[in-house]
This record gives sequence, structure tokens and C-alpha cells, in this order.
Amino acid sequence: MSLDAAAVQQKIEEKFPGKVTSAELEVVDPFLVVDVSTIVEMCTFLRDEPELAFDMLHCHSAVDYLPPKAPEDARIELVLHLTSLKHRHWIVLKIMLPRENPKMPTLEGVWPTANWHEREAYDLFGIEFEGHSDFRRLLLPDDWPGYPLRKDWEWPDEWHGMAVKPTEKMAERAQKGEQIGVGPFD
Amino acid sequence: MSTPTVYKDLEPDETYAFKPEDLEEDEMILNMGPQHPSTHGVLRIELKTDGEVVKDSRPHIGYLHRNFEKHAENIDYQGVIPFTDRMDYVGSMANSLSYAVAVEKLMGIELNERVQSIRVLVSELQRIASHLLAIGTYGMDIGAFTPFLHAFREREKILDLFEWLCGARLLYNYNWVGGVSHDLPEQWTDRTRVFLDEFAPVIEELDQLLSHNKIFTARTATVGIIPPELAVGYALTGPNLRGSGIKWDIRKEDPYCGYEKYEFDVPVGQGRYGPIGSCWDRYYVRVEEMRQSVRILRQALDVLPAEGDVHESVPKRVKPKAGEAYGRTEAPRGELGFYIVSDGSLVPMRVKGRSPCFVAMSIFHEIAKGEMIADMIAIIGSLDIVLGEIDR
Repeated sequence: MSLDAAAVQQKIEEKFPGKVTSAELEVVDPFLVVDVSTIVEMCTFLRDEPELAFDMLHCHSAVDYLPPKAPEDARIELVLHLTSLKHRHWIVLKIMLPRENPKMPTLEGVWPTANWHEREAYDLFGIEFEGHSDFRRLLLPDDWPGYPLRKDWEWPDEWHGMAVKPTEKMAERAQKGEQIGVGPFD
Repeated sequence: MSTPTVYKDLEPDETYAFKPEDLEEDEMILNMGPQHPSTHGVLRIELKTDGEVVKDSRPHIGYLHRNFEKHAENIDYQGVIPFTDRMDYVGSMANSLSYAVAVEKLMGIELNERVQSIRVLVSELQRIASHLLAIGTYGMDIGAFTPFLHAFREREKILDLFEWLCGARLLYNYNWVGGVSHDLPEQWTDRTRVFLDEFAPVIEELDQLLSHNKIFTARTATVGIIPPELAVGYALTGPNLRGSGIKWDIRKEDPYCGYEKYEFDVPVGQGRYGPIGSCWDRYYVRVEEMRQSVRILRQALDVLPAEGDVHESVPKRVKPKAGEAYGRTEAPRGELGFYIVSDGSLVPMRVKGRSPCFVAMSIFHEIAKGEMIADMIAIIGSLDIVLGEIDR
């Protein structure tokens, strides 16, 4: 029997009282915001409880919130989209992390697919996953400066002698009407 | 006499996951790729081998990384569509469709029947084209050259249909938010019917040429076994999941574009020549899916309404309210989803592309363990990866 988000919320609250900090049920995709302290136990429960049976973590994303007008709202959200193939229902879980030193335990033990997703989240957002079995950067070179999907990330001037953004010399030439590409030349 | 160039920094660097000092006797580290014809792009796989046996492996990706997600945060919603086309560059129609479905879900846009049928037409044609490429190159990886030529001859006809439809052969920018860029040209549907009549017998021909060939089955039916629990744990989707015997298709589970109106079966792996979930099962699911796509296309051509403006629901300004949505479709390679967060401005705050190939590649080290080096090629080909989508 498929359950909606409110029923899933009730199930979690019975088992983990007070760990669902808030819930939005009247939006396009209803989501639950959960506390990070018991996240591994909660996810194991979501996977193993027969009535929930969320056996697939089908999307794992991080979002950086850095609103210029409300600096107190700054945070990184980790968003988990979970599906149950057995009951054909799905739910969105959100975990709030601080922007400074975001850290959480790895979910690799619950859903093995989290392995690469967490490496990607580390690579592009700098979230640290404690207990991960193969914690290296995934898409970017190991010595790439910073975490590019952070809202306040800035382009480096150059990387290993390659210009990664237009140099002043290029800008001068461009102003004269020449077509300039960006890359390992000039 | 010129002195040879000495590269000083050629020490084993940190990009290797396995360290030489950890190796046991007779073990060695072997790099497969990044330039290897069977990796279907620039993919490097680090193998720890003992003779011909692969003890462990680590894929290294990112050679095509462009960070389209960062680009998407700096352009308007419609401007993201050409970027999505370049993710899975042999299944572009399906990518832009998925993105359009996600934005439409966020904005609550309803489409008219004609647009929905056109989208079903193009996405099923794209599925056939993409599977033809997958099957043809898979045969070639294993050593059968002829099926590749047959497959590409048919794929060319689909690319011609797309070119006639929107002017582009590979990167279409066809599915817009709220509609499609061009209406069907006159006689396009007739030509598509002719194509389908010609194509249906070709599937049988391909089947006889390759699928049941003794050498082919011997090389594929006993390697790369993915048990169902592992497939679900790694969140595989599409033919890779169905090859393990699990009936799961977004077109049936979460229908979009009116897929609930069409009659079609969801083929799953049967384990005909070996254990369920082998490379051959994944391959054969793709063959069966082409048959089903022909069925869907015939129905879609029958129900296509004669009237209807394809730009009827295209919004003048795409400016969703603050909120978020996850839209997904069944692309040729599996569930392609876009998670879009809007802050109420003209530019998306976050676009996350959930790529089926990325997920399929993450299972590689599990299924490669204990196989022979020659089987790596059969396994990579059977996962049907496109590096543009893995690296994004």
C-alpha cells in the first residue's frame, strides 16, 4: 500500500520522536526536514520497515543557500529522493547543514549508490561524509581550488599555467574586436 | 642530436586509487583508457590485476566535466535546454524532454494533446536511435562488425526525420518549456509510418544476426551479473535495472506526456542463456524495447490530433514561483531526472541532473570483480554509458 508524505512523517515520528523538525506537505513535491544526529538509523529504518520499504535512493543533491538579504538563512541542504519499488511511493528528505564545515555521516551502508553521490557532493560543495570508504574527489582534479557549486565560489586566475578566465590581455584584444576563446591558450 | 624531453613530474601521483606498495605478489595496476575504443568516450578505469583476472577496479571520470549545473545557475530557464542536450549527446530529445517536464511541473503548465503526442513520437524515435547505437557498438566491442552497419543505416533514417523536423541531427533544442519548437512538417507522419514498416523486420534481422549468435552469447551471458538486490541498492534504472528482472519503468509508474494511454509491455531480463542480470539480458532488454517503441509509435501516430498549436502553452516569461520540483522521464538509458530549485527569479537557483549513466557507472567495481580483462569490454558496453552524461 502506498503511503503519502504525511503518513511517512507519522511513521518516522513514532519511531524517532522530535527528529522531524519541519514538513512541507502542500507543495509540488512534499518534503520532510529531518535532524542529522540520527540520520543513519532513520534511513535504515526507512529502508527496512516493511510498510515503508524505501529501497532506492534515486536522487541525491545538495543545494547551497546564500541569500544576500538574509545572511542568517545561509545553509547547505542535502536533498534525498527516496523511492519504494515495492509500494510505489516516494518521499523527499532534507537535511540542513551549516555552510562552515558541513559534515554528516555517510549513507553508503544503507544505500550503496550513495558512494558516488557523496563523492560528487564533496567535490562540488565540500560536504564531508564521515566513514566513507573511498573519499576522493570525483569529477574535478584533486588540486582544483574550492567547491564550484558554492554560491560564493570564485574563478581562480589560472590553474597549472592555464588561463581559466579571460586575462587582461585577452580583454584588450577582445575590445579591439578580435574573437577570443577561453582555454589553455594565449 | 636532440636530447629527449624529460618529464620530471611523472611519479605515481594521487590520482591513483591503488598504491603500488599495497599490491600483493603477482598483482599489478593497469590503466584502461582514457583513450580506449571500447570505453565509449574518455573514461579511465584503473584495474588491479593478477594475470588476466581483475581483482579490483576504480573508474576515474570527469574528463568531460563542464559543470553544466553551474552554467544553469547563470542563465534563464529556457537557456538551460541546449546544455541538457549536450549531456547524453546520443539521446538529446529525451534530455530536453526531462528538463521541460520538470519546469512544467514546477510551474503547473498543462499541455495540449498534440504537443503530448509529438513528444511521445520524438522520444520513442530517440529511444530506437539510441538503442540502435547501443546494440551496434556493443556488437562491435565483442567483435561482430556487420550488425553495427545495419544499426547505423536505420539510425540514419531517424536522424533524417529529426533533421526534417527541427533542422538538427544530434543536438535538437526541440522540447521547450510548455511546448516544442516546430510543428510536424507536412507528410512527416507518413514518412514515419514508412520508416516503421521498414524498421520492424530489421529488428528480427538484427536478432538473427547477433542476439543468438553462439560466440556472442558465450561472451556476454555469463559475465557482469547484477543480482536484483544489488541493482536496486545501486539505484540502477532503465534497461540495466530491467535486465536484472525488475519491472520498473517511469512511463508506467509515473506517466508523463500521456504515456498511460498507450499499450506496451515492459520487457525484463529472463536469464535465457545464463543467470538473470547478465550482460546479455541487459542487451536483450534493449532489443525488446525497440519492438515496444514501434508499438507505441504506431499508436501515437493513430491518436495524433490534427489540430493544436504547439506553442499554445509556451509562457512568455519562464518565472516560476519560489519552490522546487523533481521531474523525471524514462530516457533511453534510464530514469533521467532534474531537481530544480527556484527562488522566484528568472534564473534557476539550482538545477541538478540525475544521470542514469552516472549511477550505472558507480556499480562497475562491484560487477567487474573476479572477471577477466577481456570481459571488462563486455561489461562496459552492456551498461550503455555515455560519458557526456556521467561527467555533465
